[in-house]
Amino acid sequence: MTDLVLRFVIGGVIVSVFALVGDLFLPKSFAGLFGAAPSVALATLGLTLLKDGRSYTAMECRSMIVGAVALMIYALVASWLLFRSHVPALRATLVTMPAWFLIAFAGWALLLR
Amino acid sequence: MRIRFSTAALHETRWQHYAVRFVFGGAITAIAGVIAKEFGPAVGGLFLAFPAIFPAAATLAESHEREKKQQHGMPPGVRGTLIAGIQAYGTALGSIGLAVFAVLFWTLATRMTLWLLFPLAVVSWFSVAAVLWLLRRRIPLLRDLRPRGQKMATPRLPRGVGE
Repeated sequence: MTDLVLRFVIGGVIVSVFALVGDLFLPKSFAGLFGAAPSVALATLGLTLLKDGRSYTAMECRSMIVGAVALMIYALVASWLLFRSHVPALRATLVTMPAWFLIAFAGWALLLR
Repeated sequence: MRIRFSTAALHETRWQHYAVRFVFGGAITAIAGVIAKEFGPAVGGLFLAFPAIFPAAATLAESHEREKKQQHGMPPGVRGTLIAGIQAYGTALGSIGLAVFAVLFWTLATRMTLWLLFPLAVVSWFSVAAVLWLLRRRIPLLRDLRPRGQKMATPRLPRGVGE
């Protein structure tokens, strides 16, 4: 339980800091880079390294590459939907979210399992 | 287009927005830990690149633009939505940097001093993302993927207002 609380607090702080830094930049396409900041990774990897060691961490990061590719495609699909269909941002980013799961788990099944 | 630095967005962001980011970020980090524990690092690692705050960031960009226009007596239109779309394109570029971050940790975690690896990976993420952003109009693939073909349907605010 302590581990979970620690992850929650560290994750919340790091994600908030990167989001805050992103808010400071213009134009918005540049600020968008911070939407793909390694915030969850930084919060997780430090604890994982301490608890599970370097090999375990390396294995997690190999999967993270697939997750990052899924994030890229998801963001492009969301961008296309927002720009072409003018669907409100919350709806566009939520209805396209299954794309991330689909690509990430397809990549895991094909390359990592 | 030049990169600019503005604190205006900080004044427009309400504490609820910060709270949402904190809770989402914390929850995803905790869930990623639970998934790694239950299903192993190969599945858990996928969630290190989960779009934790992307929906919140896009929604925030859209609502900021709408609020600014309403304050100036202009109809909200779809400009806020288009700005969220442009921001999402930036996130796609940033995710290529995120993949580089992951490659560095994957290949060097077992053989490099961690005090060097963490800053190296973060600097590499930002450098790759920023260079791709700077070259987005020169690299054919990135140019083709840029959102375009739509003109901003409503006029923008006067120059210098609300930036």
